[in-house]
Amino acid sequence: MTTPPNAPPPRNLEVKPPMTVGAPAAAAAPVAETEHIAIRAHGLDSWYGSVQALKGISLDIPNCRVTALIGPSGCGKSTFLRWINRMNDPIPGARASGTLKMHGDDLLSRSLDVVELRRRVGMVFQKPNPFTKSIYDNVAFGPRLHRSFRRADLDELVENSLRAAALWDEVKDRLKSSALGLSGGQQQRLCIARAIAVGPEVLLMDEPCSALDPKSTASIEQLIRELETSYTIVIVTHNMQQAARVSDRTAFFFEGTLVECGSTDRIFTNPANKQTEDYVSGRFG
Amino acid sequence: MHSLGARSPSIARTRTPGEIVAAATPTSQVGRRIVDRAFLGVCIAFTALAVLLLVVLLVSIWQDGHARLSWQFLSSFASRKTEEAGVRAPLWGSIWVCVICAVAALPIGVGTAIYLEEFSKRSRFRSFIQLNIANLAGVPSIVYGILGLTAFARAFGTANSESPITFGEPESFFYLQLPFGHGVLAGGLTLMLVVLPIVIVSSQEALRTVPGSLRTASLALGATQWQTTWNITLPASIPMIMTGGILAMSRAIGEAAPILVLGVPLFIRSTPTNLMSDFTVLPLQIYNWSMRQQSGFHELAAAGIIVLLAVLLTLNALAVIIRHRLQRTNG
Repeated sequence: MTTPPNAPPPRNLEVKPPMTVGAPAAAAAPVAETEHIAIRAHGLDSWYGSVQALKGISLDIPNCRVTALIGPSGCGKSTFLRWINRMNDPIPGARASGTLKMHGDDLLSRSLDVVELRRRVGMVFQKPNPFTKSIYDNVAFGPRLHRSFRRADLDELVENSLRAAALWDEVKDRLKSSALGLSGGQQQRLCIARAIAVGPEVLLMDEPCSALDPKSTASIEQLIRELETSYTIVIVTHNMQQAARVSDRTAFFFEGTLVECGSTDRIFTNPANKQTEDYVSGRFG
Repeated sequence: MHSLGARSPSIARTRTPGEIVAAATPTSQVGRRIVDRAFLGVCIAFTALAVLLLVVLLVSIWQDGHARLSWQFLSSFASRKTEEAGVRAPLWGSIWVCVICAVAALPIGVGTAIYLEEFSKRSRFRSFIQLNIANLAGVPSIVYGILGLTAFARAFGTANSESPITFGEPESFFYLQLPFGHGVLAGGLTLMLVVLPIVIVSSQEALRTVPGSLRTASLALGATQWQTTWNITLPASIPMIMTGGILAMSRAIGEAAPILVLGVPLFIRSTPTNLMSDFTVLPLQIYNWSMRQQSGFHELAAAGIIVLLAVLLTLNALAVIIRHRLQRTNG
């Protein structure tokens, strides 16, 4: 619960099986027994006013793996993501029913401390949104909200967070200068460092590369792969190649329902569902 | 009505947009240019007229009043003899009520704006408050004067104004009495009523300029609403809030009507020493002088206007400087 980034939560030390092509599996393949479930949704419904955005979503998200949520615009994948850290709360008329649990904690409970939840579940947004503060203060902002630090500890935390986000070497000489002077890709990595700095278990990424050029995108994707060893990552993306490159498991959403979920390789090479096949092969969506 | 098909049987295929445009009657190119030029000319003429009026005003006031401007004018009290009269009492009175007004109006106004923009949910209650604030901004200042007289000067008649309850020695800076009577505190609070709607509305507009993505980012890091407001939203909007606040203060310093209604004495030969002191303000002194018969007093009124304008320009310049300073440090 209070894990700093330099001592990540217990890692899943198993070596992941290499990506094999074409092993067919059931449509809603359960996460393999050996993998620990971080987040479990069961029969999750969600509405914005009278419009139903999610219809009976049942999805397991494994610990320390990258899970990609794909699907056409308006299919509910972002809504699902935003229930995990309750960022839907401020939206007027947004409500959900069903089960959504993280390590057994009911995420939809009225009595849930959302402030503590958001410390445990970090989020990276579509457009880089650094604060109009220095690079250092951007990273230190989150930790300072929750605890008081000795100066040296805070310096160490900022450095380690920036290192974890592969940004340290580029900014170590200008920590005090404005974060707005960074390039788009650097800003997005800063936002990742900022999210890491509060010591979360889960990182939610809502189309983190859609505002970035291909080079920055590549660096973020590589970073996601590195972060996977320490964090459970859920990423929403419109870019199918990106889902194929960065994720271990892929869930395909369509019109508020979860059509299919399974290992990324199987979803992209041998989907069980016709809609999934059409979508991942670019025939619609 | 003729059907499209009957009118043009020859068009068998759909025309491209280019063909339709080419077939249409051209409008007069020259005509369009002339209208464009003419409109520009009208705009320039109106702008020139406004500037001209301002220049005429400033020049005539300067001609009337500049001979009276001197250190003696600033440092003397009002007098029956025009050559000895000055604006010391109203200048200090204006400064006192303006500071009191700022100290009272800024926290209340900014606090209200923060509540309405950052905390309140969309509800009828909120729309009701919002509507009322918008209406209050349009209420004539003399109405606030009446309110100030009732609430602050007379405390709704709950206490005897002739023998007020007092705290401390009348000579002390901390001297207080209830009700306030027509001292600088009552004056400052009355002006607070006048400018409060302006401060609230301008602060709300300032808060609205802060991108929602910054609030979202802060909330997603586990910040409470207050931590988000204090650390992110307020620092980003403070230059605009300060600008709005200072402009509201320059409105307050120019108000005569609400102060007049409070019943302040028109002839004062002292500067305020505590919150209960008698006072007058520059606009009232100007009004007073311009009502006199002798031309000497009219010159004094003109000189008083120059002083008032100088104070207003200083405040506005201060607003610009603060905005630039803060924007640089925030950027």
